Amino acid sequence: MSTSTSSQPLVHSAGSTRLLWTVLATVAVLSLLTYLVAFDQGAVSRSGMYLHELMHDGRHLLGVPCH
Amino acid sequence: MPLKATTAPPFLTVLVRGLLAGLIAGLLAGAFAYVAGEPHVEAAIAIEEAAATHVEPAAGGHNHEDALVSRTGQRGGLFLATGLFGAAMGGLLATAYVLLSRRRRTHDDGRVGLLLAGAALLGAVIVPFLKYPANPPAVGDPATINQRTVTYLLMVVLGLVAVWAGSLGYRAVGSEAPTWQRAAAAAGGFLLVTVVSYVVMPSFQEVPDDFPATLLWDFRLASLGTQVVLWTGIGLLFAALMHHDRRRRAAAALPST
Ligand SMILES: [Zn+2]
Repeated sequence: MSTSTSSQPLVHSAGSTRLLWTVLATVAVLSLLTYLVAFDQGAVSRSGMYLHELMHDGRHLLGVPCH
Repeated sequence: MPLKATTAPPFLTVLVRGLLAGLIAGLLAGAFAYVAGEPHVEAAIAIEEAAATHVEPAAGGHNHEDALVSRTGQRGGLFLATGLFGAAMGGLLATAYVLLSRRRRTHDDGRVGLLLAGAALLGAVIVPFLKYPANPPAVGDPATINQRTVTYLLMVVLGLVAVWAGSLGYRAVGSEAPTWQRAAAAAGGFLLVTVVSYVVMPSFQEVPDDFPATLLWDFRLASLGTQVVLWTGIGLLFAALMHHDRRRRAAAALPST
C-alpha cells in the first residue's frame, strides 16, 4: 500500500489524518477570525455593527474595503 | 514524540509560535498605524462629516454622527483589529510552514519563515494594493461595497497565485542554470499572472473630484506601511522563535554531561 520512497520517511497514515484535521480546523478558525476583523457587518458576530465600528480604523488602515 | 523532537516540532508548537509572532507584529503594526495613519483617518472623517451636513445621509447608511463606538473607541479598536488580524495571519503562516516543510525538508527554519512572510507581503498585500489601493473614509460608494469586497478577496488570491507562478518559474529552470535565468523565469511567471489579473479584474473610480490628493496619498502610504510593518514583524519574530525553539530542542536532545 505504501508508496513512500525509502529515502523519505513519511509519518504513518493515522498521524497524517489527524494532522490533516487539525490543520483544517486551524485554517477554519483563523479564517473566521480574519472575517470578523476584516469583513463582518454583524451577520456572524451577532454584535450588530458594534465590532464592525470598533475595528473600523484598523480595517481602513489594513487596506480592506470598508465603506 | 521525544524521538522526533529534534527533526520536526509538532504542528501545535509551530502554530503557537506563529500566533504569538502575529499578535506582537500586529500590535507593532497598530502602533505604526496609530502614529502614521490616524491623523489622515481623522482628516478624512472631517471631510465626510462636512459633506454629510449638506446631503441628508441615506437610511441605513454608514453614518458617523450617531456612531455605536466613539471616535476615541475606534482609535483604540485599531489595536484590537491589527492584533487579531496579525495573530490570524501569523497562524496561517505557521500552517503554511508546516505543510511546506512536510513536502520538502529544509535545514533553515528562519529562512523559510522569512520567505513565506515575503511571499505573503508581495502576493496578498502589494499585488492587490496596486490594483485596489486602500481608501480612507469618505472615499468609496457604499452601494458597491459587496462588489469591492469580492473583487478585493479575488485579487488577494490572484496575487498569491502570481507568487506561486513565480516560484514555479524559478524551479522550472534547473539549478545548474545561472541565477539571472532563474530570476528572470520567476519574474516572468509572477508578472504574467499579475498583468492578466489586472486587465481582467474590474476597476473602481470612486475618489470624489474634490478629495485632497495629498491626503489620499498620505493615507495610502500609511496603510501600505502598516502592512509592511505587520509582515516584516511576523517574518522576523516567527524566524526568531523557531530558531530559539530549535536550539532548545537540540540542547535537550544531547545527553547532559
Ligand atoms: Zn469605513
